[in-house]
Amino acid sequence: MRAQFVLSEIGVGLRRNLTMTIAVVVSVALSLALAGASLLVRDQVNSMKGYWYDKVEVSVYFCTKADAKTAPQCANGAATQDQIDAVGAGLDQLTPSVVKTKTFETQAEAYKHWKDMNPDSALVQVLGADAIPASWRVKLQDPTRYDIIQSAFAGKPGVRSVEDQRKILENLFGLLNGLQTAAFVIMLLMLSVALLLIVNTVRVSAFSRRRETGIMRLVGASNFYVQMPFIAEAAFAALLGAVLASGLLLLANFGVQHWLASRVQFIHFIGLSSVLQVIPLLIVAGMGMAAVAAFLTLRKYLKV
Amino acid sequence: MIRFDNVSKTYPKQNRPALSEVSLEIEKGEFVFLVGSSGSGKSTFLRLCLREERPSTGSVHVLGKDLGKLSNWKVPHMRRQLGTVFQDFRLLPNKTVAQNVAFALEVIGKPKGAINKVVPEVLDLVGLGGKEDRMPGELSGGEQQRVAIARAFVNRPMLLIADEPTGNLDPQNSVGIMKLLDRINRTGTTVLMATHDQAIVDQMRKRVIELDKGLLVRDQTRGVYGYQH
Repeated sequence: MRAQFVLSEIGVGLRRNLTMTIAVVVSVALSLALAGASLLVRDQVNSMKGYWYDKVEVSVYFCTKADAKTAPQCANGAATQDQIDAVGAGLDQLTPSVVKTKTFETQAEAYKHWKDMNPDSALVQVLGADAIPASWRVKLQDPTRYDIIQSAFAGKPGVRSVEDQRKILENLFGLLNGLQTAAFVIMLLMLSVALLLIVNTVRVSAFSRRRETGIMRLVGASNFYVQMPFIAEAAFAALLGAVLASGLLLLANFGVQHWLASRVQFIHFIGLSSVLQVIPLLIVAGMGMAAVAAFLTLRKYLKV
Repeated sequence: MIRFDNVSKTYPKQNRPALSEVSLEIEKGEFVFLVGSSGSGKSTFLRLCLREERPSTGSVHVLGKDLGKLSNWKVPHMRRQLGTVFQDFRLLPNKTVAQNVAFALEVIGKPKGAINKVVPEVLDLVGLGGKEDRMPGELSGGEQQRVAIARAFVNRPMLLIADEPTGNLDPQNSVGIMKLLDRINRTGTTVLMATHDQAIVDQMRKRVIELDKGLLVRDQTRGVYGYQH
């Protein structure tokens, strides 16, 4: 196989079908960009899960004086130090099988944290330190086993509620998973458009070069030699699409790193290295897919 | 070289077979005319020889191979051992004379050095020396057919199959082409030529095979076109 001959054939073929080639390149680029985005969102969710699950805590809140009127489980008024210590001892029994660490946050500390985070809130003026509950902040060995803490301490004397911060994150992850699914579905649609376009382009290309391929078959060129220019043509168009898709992903990454990251600081965004890992995958998948589509089309339209 | 054993060919959705129980043998080095009116089965006969079709029944042997048993991927290799020429020349209009001939060698993976050596030789042989860089459109019909013959002969095939090679040519050019085919035949290449050209067949006095409605009706050494039977 002479490389120069094949390359010149590819060049001629692509130029001859310029509009179709552009359509293939753009649709492949969009579907691969969406595929890449879908993969990256999954990475992002995994990385956030790792990052946040490490930080999330289960909080065992104790009754305050104010809760006595509103919450039935706090009818006896604020939790006593004995009740707090009893829960603390219970947590110690679960260490280290379930609980990793525990820290106590007094009402005064909790009030200060709350004030720091909401300095402008009008409630700061109204609420006193008494209104914010004291709590045990518990880090779990396995953040998904929140239910053990829940069943062990909910309803114990002086305990107002057991809350899992993970629940707040679950909403966020749910949203991201939804986005990933949406990207995936759109990707599938775009992909079928891209595949149909490739099939059509190869058909048109095979038709416009039927004179050449007819002569090639006549003089005994092997199937590989006859089909190679078409397959290489489709693969090359897909390569252009993949490169374009990679550019789009890098651009998106740049935007996230330089714009979004400075505005949304509580999320740790995945970086360039993740994008660079996805790009070779896109190129290989794009070219392989196009080559297979072309090959299957040719089996039908270029018979021996 | 070519052997047909009880070969019939029926195309789908056609009642009458295009070729019916044809048996014949063409020896190495022969020059054979295949004659018959349109629809007599000439084209089917040639397509079976080239393995563009497979027989419905019977067997076709070409160059010692049973084409019915030849697997698809071996067909290209088989075709490299025979040359084909058509009425419509089948040249590439955007390539020069030399490039047209070279194309046939490029696509079967011949090295560049060998191509550069044999292309001028074969063009000289067919009488196109000095016209290597012309485009097919600048040539007369006879010259274009010479290019096609050069392309078919450049691999020095054992068998040359020509489907009405003079069909588009005036009598003078036809004679030139026939002289060329005769010369090729004298190098030892078997030539099988389908034709309507009565004058040529009568003049050449070679073996004539006549088909009529798919039946082999005449096989005559040193025959003429219009033999009454």
